[in-house]
Amino acid sequence: MKNYHLDHLQYLETEAIHVMREVAGEFERPCLLFSGGKDSICLLRLAEKAFRPSDIPMPLLNVDTGHHFPELNEFRDRRAKQLGAKLIVRKVEDAIAKGIATPIPGEISRNRLQIPTLLAAIEEFRFDCCIGGARRDEEKSRAKERFFSFRDAFGQWDPKNQRPEIWNLYNARLNPGENMRVFPLSNWTEMDVWEYIRQEKLEVPTIYFSHRRTCVRRRGQWLPVNDLVPPKPGEEVRELTVRVRTIGDIISTGCVESPADTVDDIIAEIAAARVTERGSRADDKASEAAMEDRKKEGYF
Amino acid sequence: MRHPIDILRFNTCGSVDDGKSTLIGRLLYDTKTLMEDQIEALERSADITGGGQINLANLTDGLRAEREQGITIDVAYRYFATPRRRFIIADTPGHVQYTRNMVTGASTANLSIILVDARAGVIEQSRRHACIASLLRIPHLVVAVNKMDLVNWSRERFIEIRGQFEEFLPRLDIKDVKFIPVSALNGDNIVTPSPHTPWYEGPTLLAHLETVHIASDWNLDAFRFPVQWVNRPNNPKDPALHDFRGVSGQIAGGRVCMGQKVMVLPGGLTTTVKQIWTFDGLLDEAFCPQSVTLVLDHDLDISRGHMLVGADNPPGASADVAARICWMHPRPLQEGRKYLLKHTTQTVQAVVVHLQHRLDIGTFEPASTATELAMNDIGAVRLRTAKPLFYDGYATNRLTGSFILIEPGTNATVAAGMLLSPVEPFRPEDADFVI
Repeated sequence: MKNYHLDHLQYLETEAIHVMREVAGEFERPCLLFSGGKDSICLLRLAEKAFRPSDIPMPLLNVDTGHHFPELNEFRDRRAKQLGAKLIVRKVEDAIAKGIATPIPGEISRNRLQIPTLLAAIEEFRFDCCIGGARRDEEKSRAKERFFSFRDAFGQWDPKNQRPEIWNLYNARLNPGENMRVFPLSNWTEMDVWEYIRQEKLEVPTIYFSHRRTCVRRRGQWLPVNDLVPPKPGEEVRELTVRVRTIGDIISTGCVESPADTVDDIIAEIAAARVTERGSRADDKASEAAMEDRKKEGYF
Repeated sequence: MRHPIDILRFNTCGSVDDGKSTLIGRLLYDTKTLMEDQIEALERSADITGGGQINLANLTDGLRAEREQGITIDVAYRYFATPRRRFIIADTPGHVQYTRNMVTGASTANLSIILVDARAGVIEQSRRHACIASLLRIPHLVVAVNKMDLVNWSRERFIEIRGQFEEFLPRLDIKDVKFIPVSALNGDNIVTPSPHTPWYEGPTLLAHLETVHIASDWNLDAFRFPVQWVNRPNNPKDPALHDFRGVSGQIAGGRVCMGQKVMVLPGGLTTTVKQIWTFDGLLDEAFCPQSVTLVLDHDLDISRGHMLVGADNPPGASADVAARICWMHPRPLQEGRKYLLKHTTQTVQAVVVHLQHRLDIGTFEPASTATELAMNDIGAVRLRTAKPLFYDGYATNRLTGSFILIEPGTNATVAAGMLLSPVEPFRPEDADFVI
C-alpha cells in the first residue's frame, strides 16, 4: 500500500506554500521582505514552489541599515536577479537624511531605525501585506505571533487584541492604511531551516560558514572588527575561525567560533548547541521585553 | 537513509493553577530543548520576581503583561524535537473567559492534553476542555493528573479521578483517551518513569506523544481542491509555457491522479486532470494536504473560491447550512445580523437566520431559548449565505467543514464554525438552482 504521509519538512513546506498563495489571492499589493539571511532564502524558495511557472507575483523589499555585512548585500542582489524578481531597497541612511528616522544621540544600532524606514516604504509603495521570515521559535514574544499578523494604521502590533487564527482560515481583511505581516515560516525551527536548505541545496551567504576573521571581545561576544566596530584601547582583539549563526547588523552580530564549513556541519553544530541563535544578538539582550517593545512599534 | 520524522501538534489546557506552563517547561527542560541563554534569562527573572527560585512557567509566559498578571493571556507556540518526532505545542490558557484561545490552539491539534490537579479532581473547567476537544474533533486526548506528589502518589485518588472523567466521556466524540499520573514540577512520568508510581504501567507522557498513531488524521477519502490562485505565466520566456494555465491550491481532502475526472464547482462541469504540476516536477498522484498546481483538459472559467472535487464523490452544495459556532468577540452574536463567512478559499456574505440553542458545555446539554451568544459561548445556528458553500460535515473533513465569521467594518474574526453534514450531495443537474 502507498504511504500517504508527509514528513516534517514536507508538512512545513505545504503549510507555507498555502500561506503564500493565500497572500497572492487575498491582497492587492503584497511584498516579500528579503534580506539575504537564511530564513528569507527559504521564503524565496517557497515562493518559487508556490507560484512557478509564473513569476513571483510580488516585489522583494529590503530595509538596508547601512550596517549590513557586505557579503549579504552582494548575495541579496545576485539572488534577486537570478529569480528575475524586482528588488526594492530602502536605506536607513536616506530615512535619517529625510528626517523620517531620528537616531538617539549615542545610539549605535540601527535596528530601531529600521522601523520608520520600513513603514515609510510601506506607505511609498502602498503595500498592504509584507511577507517576512520570522519564526515563532526565535524569541518569546514571537511565540505568540499569528501567521497573519494585523498592524494598525500606525504599523503597531497589539498582542492583547490579535485576531484568533483557527484551522487554516486566515482573515486577511483590512481597512485602508492598515497592513498585514505574514509569516509562512511561523512553525519552522532553526533546525528545520537548515535541513530545508540542505534538502533544497540552497546557496547561503558565505558568512554562515567558518572563516578567518579579526574579532574584538565586547560584552561577552566576539564582534567582527570593521570601520563601524573599531577596537577600543584595552579591548582584546583576536584572529579567530568563526561563523555567524544569525545575521543582524555588523555592529551587534556576534561571531561564534566554529569549524563548520558545510551545511551538514552546521546541522550537527545546532543539534549540539547549548545557546539559542538569538543568544548572539546584543539587541535582544537589552531587556527581557526588548523584542516585544520593538514589535509593538512596528518592527516585523 | 534517514528515518522520516513527522510532526505531532498538541495543545495543553488546564485551569490557572493546574501547572500547565510548568508541564511545558518540564518537557522542554527534560528533552534538553532549553538552551543556556534561556536558562540564564530564567535565572535573571527569578532574581527579580521569584525570590531566587527558578520558575519553569516563566519560559512560556512570554509577554510582559502576562508575567505581571501571572496568567497566560494568549496562544503561544513552542517547539521541541526528539529523535522520533517534532512537536508543536499550542499553549492555550485555561481561564474561563479564554475559551476562544483554546479553540484557536486546538483547531490544528492532533492531540489535547487536559491537566487535572490531583487535589481538586475533575472540575467544570476540565469538562469544558474535554467538550471543546470533542467539538473540534481532536483525535487523541491525554488526561494528565498533575501534582500527584501532593496526594502522596495515591493510586486510589488517580483511579477516582479517572472515574470522574469516564463518567461523562460517553457523551463526547473522543475515541482515544489516555490517563497519566504526573508531577510536572518534579518531572515524574513526564520524560522519565516515576519511582513513585509502581502501580502505573502505562507510558510516560513523552513516550505516549512519540508513539501515538497520527497518520490517519487527514481525510484521504473524497477529493477536495479549493482553488487559491490561478497560475498563468505572463510573457514566459519558455515557449512551452505560452499556453500554461493551472489552478493552484492545497488538497483539502482525498487524492487526485493524472487522468482522473474531476468536477468543477460551482457549475458542475466535468473535466480531466492533465498534469499535476509542482516546482519539483510532475506527479502521478497527490494527496491531502499537499500543495500542487493542476492543469486541466478543458480551458474552463475557474477562479479563486471555486472547488475541484472527485466526480463520483461530490460534497454538499447549499446556501442554507447548519453549524455549531464558538463565539469569539465581546459584541454578542444576534439573530438576523450579517457577517462575512470565509470557508476554504471563498468569502461570502452570510446572515444568522436562527440561533437554535446555546450549548451548556458544563453539562453538554442544549440550553434553549438563547437570544444571543456571548464571547466564549458555543451554540447551534442556521446560516443563509449569498452564494452556495461546497462543503462536508466537520466530522468528515476538518478543512472543508470549517469556517470563520468576520464582522464587516471592524474586520474582527468573531466566530469559528463547524458545519453539520449536508443533507444531500451536490447534483450537477441542480447546478442552475444553486447558482
